[in-house]
Amino acid sequence: MSSVPRDVTLPDPAEVLNAHSIEEIEEWMTRYPEDQKQSAVLAALSIAQHQNQGWLSTELMDAVAAKLEMAPIAVYEVASFYSMFETEPVGRHNIAICTNISCMLMGSDSIVEHCEKKFGIKLGESTPDGRIYLKVEEECLAACAGGPMMQVNHAYHTNLTPERVDEILDALD
Amino acid sequence: MSDDTVNITVDGRTLPAKKGQMLIEVTDAAGINVPRFCYHKKLSVAANCRMCLVEVEKAPKPLPACATPVMPDMIVHTQSSLAREAQQGTMEFLLINHPLDCPICDQGGICELQDVAMGYGQSASQYTEGKRVVFDKYIGPLIATEMTRCIHCTRCVRFGEEIAGIRELGATGRGENVRIGTYIAKSVVSEVSGNVIDICPVGALTARPSRYSARAWELRQQPSIAPHDSIGSNVSVFIDGSTVNQVVPRDNESVNEVWISDRDRFSYQGLRHAERMTTPLVREGEALVPTDWSSALARAAAVLTPTPGSEADLGTLVAPHSTLEELYLAQKLTRGLGSPHIDHRLSQVDFSQAKADPVMPWLGMNLPDLETLNAALLVGSNIRKDQPIAALRLRKSALAGAEISLINPKRVPLNFEAAEQITVRYDRLVEQMHALAVAAGCDLSALEGAPGDAQVSTQHQRIVESLKSGERSAVMLGNLAAAHPARATLLYLARQIARATNATVSLLPERGNTAGAWLAGAVPHRGPGGVAADREGSNAAQLLAGGARRYLLVNAETDYDAASPAAAAQALHDADGVVALASYLSPTLASTADVILPIAEFTETFGTYVNAAGQWQTTKGAVAPPGEARPGWKVFRVLAEALGLEGFGFDSPEAITQEVQRACTSVELNNLLDADDKLEYPGSLAAPMVRSGETPIYRTDPLVRRSQPLQKSTDGKQAFMSMNASVLASIGASEGDAVTIDQGGARAVLPAKLDEAIPDGTVWVPMGLYETRTLGTVFGEVTVSQGGELPGEPAITAVPGIAGGQVKEAV
Repeated sequence: MSSVPRDVTLPDPAEVLNAHSIEEIEEWMTRYPEDQKQSAVLAALSIAQHQNQGWLSTELMDAVAAKLEMAPIAVYEVASFYSMFETEPVGRHNIAICTNISCMLMGSDSIVEHCEKKFGIKLGESTPDGRIYLKVEEECLAACAGGPMMQVNHAYHTNLTPERVDEILDALD
Repeated sequence: MSDDTVNITVDGRTLPAKKGQMLIEVTDAAGINVPRFCYHKKLSVAANCRMCLVEVEKAPKPLPACATPVMPDMIVHTQSSLAREAQQGTMEFLLINHPLDCPICDQGGICELQDVAMGYGQSASQYTEGKRVVFDKYIGPLIATEMTRCIHCTRCVRFGEEIAGIRELGATGRGENVRIGTYIAKSVVSEVSGNVIDICPVGALTARPSRYSARAWELRQQPSIAPHDSIGSNVSVFIDGSTVNQVVPRDNESVNEVWISDRDRFSYQGLRHAERMTTPLVREGEALVPTDWSSALARAAAVLTPTPGSEADLGTLVAPHSTLEELYLAQKLTRGLGSPHIDHRLSQVDFSQAKADPVMPWLGMNLPDLETLNAALLVGSNIRKDQPIAALRLRKSALAGAEISLINPKRVPLNFEAAEQITVRYDRLVEQMHALAVAAGCDLSALEGAPGDAQVSTQHQRIVESLKSGERSAVMLGNLAAAHPARATLLYLARQIARATNATVSLLPERGNTAGAWLAGAVPHRGPGGVAADREGSNAAQLLAGGARRYLLVNAETDYDAASPAAAAQALHDADGVVALASYLSPTLASTADVILPIAEFTETFGTYVNAAGQWQTTKGAVAPPGEARPGWKVFRVLAEALGLEGFGFDSPEAITQEVQRACTSVELNNLLDADDKLEYPGSLAAPMVRSGETPIYRTDPLVRRSQPLQKSTDGKQAFMSMNASVLASIGASEGDAVTIDQGGARAVLPAKLDEAIPDGTVWVPMGLYETRTLGTVFGEVTVSQGGELPGEPAITAVPGIAGGQVKEAV
């Protein structure tokens, strides 16, 4: 049993999550047995993060906990474990440059250097205007054939050069 | 040899084992030491620390003993070079990030990591890189954290999830960034949270109140019994010189397993509170002044000695957390002085159907039986807060599928899923129980005036069905039922429902020694052993309403213990004389007592406690009481001598216990007694607003009330008037606003608190608080209005003769 402790006051999910998020989370919940709502936690956190410019506040995680009838700490555990969840405010465009072996051999270091210079921030930081977040990417993104590569929000971009990077990133709002 | 037994060989010894048992259980039973950190006999197997690696023949690599089931003819080596190397390797990795701050660590000397490192560690480390550092978050006044020391065994996480039933701590992050904590800064709220201090194998979680105050090897250890609830948890008291430094659980499977509540663990912090009295006090004019024992005893004797004809104007009130010996001597002394008026039921208001009172309120079973119930109905019980250890056991039944339902005047916090939770205004509890009784087809011939058209709902039917179909089911009455104005009716209905459904009637005694008080004869209608008294005296409510002219108070703080503290204060003010045996000064005592004799508290005195299951547990004093305070039994002995009473010349406290035991030889525990008199069905009230409440978990007895760490914890903050949103709106207040409660002229002002657990038409105002000592009974009609001046912090009642609240060391 991993239900919400009665001593903990959690927010009403409907007041924190928007209608679209709730609809999507509920759709995910239908995929699992009634007594195993927590199976939808990864999907629910993704949806909640998407609603909030790419990061999860404690309030959002609490709302997910309430929605899935989980102890809030169990939701925090999941959110802090997976690298695709951000638990601190970050820039609204999530830029993940692969630096794993194949991309590194293909020159990802220069792509990283270019981006850091371009935005004046280091990997793991966001621009002060809240536009760009350079993610510390820990794992290979499985596009080795097209290295160096990066993921911008949800899209893959391969065979990068500094010029190509400028083109892609300047087109962001 | 039965089929489920196998033989295995460990280090050359043949050991019998049950199929499916883990290797470590077998080696533990045989006394073979296998080092471990994450394994704990009461928790699930995590197998994440890898410390218990052993060599198993034919296995390709070392296996963790905690997660390896025994197999027939398994050959295990715990000391082979393969096993030792594996254990040493694990130890080396565990120490990589562990700080070497043992000299400033409270765990130093009692640390499992230190011990195992002595046996399995290397004298030097090969590791030269930077160590991980974890910044701590505050998790409340009871537990100190130093998470850099954490080795991620997750015992504390599993304790919360599996035992306490509240998942508060977790392992967030991953890899090197894993940390154990609450993630957000918040106080843990579990009433058994302190147990993580004991199960933590390192110094990551330590007791905050005793932090940095002593080294483990400087402490002496004494066994004792915790007096704060009717479990009687077995504890060890750690003593630093003459002061109690810590209280920790002592294993007793039949009582508290290996756990204790935070109340039992941290109550000792109240022992040196500024209100503690260390000399006898007598009233000179308006003021209480310190004096010596002989003059105080002479004054007490003068007050208590009756003039001819005035024998029966003495009323004795003794608190139900007192020792069995104090309770027994209090009634013996009172009756010896010719008065029949003695009672311990200070917070009770309904005394009808006295013949149906059992010899002592009894659980109806042993404590471990709470784990194997199939169904239970709890009536008027906040079991998690009132008897925390019983709740842990009941939770095991619930996890095994038992249907546990509750009927309460507020939705109480639980650590298990309830089958049904019926929450109604307090004056409708009887109606709900009556509906259940009708659904169960009970004989209700002794109940007059009950409505013919009981509203039986599907909820009621489901509860009755679960009680009937359960092989082992119980109807349990808790503290709220005992304090309820229709206590006798609730008990009657519970009995009839239990009879009709073949369930056990289970009574949860309210306080640490409520059961002992009944056996000792500290009730007006029965003597020791439950025999009918020669002369029936007045009950506590009558006495506290001015039914006596002279009072003897034993451990009783009427401001906090009395059902109606305002009326009790008045009665004591109007009295001709008040003698108190007490450990602490409280407001009304300070203004009314003529003589106060300071007595010993928990850990300071010999005493016997009878728990809910009827187990008698005797403990000796572990430390001397402070100053001139003396054990209660000794004070009774000298007081009786001063009064010229016979039969108090006990050589030892054991002689008193034996005298009570002799009186109890023919006691048969039975919760199914019947009264001859009829009961009038109490209808619900027409009043739009009522007060309900309880004695909160950390206000149950004088010591707990003065333990600052407990008072500062989440459960310790109770001075609120709680109500649901519609009630709050109806009085035009918002949360935090001052609200005045008026009970027929008795008033208090408290901040409003929003709490949807409170039913409509109700304000929840606890009793036992400093802020509510000006009020009447906890259940009743009230008017509430927005506004009023909020009281400040509770004032400390200054003890005369003690400068600045300093307590003198014991002699």
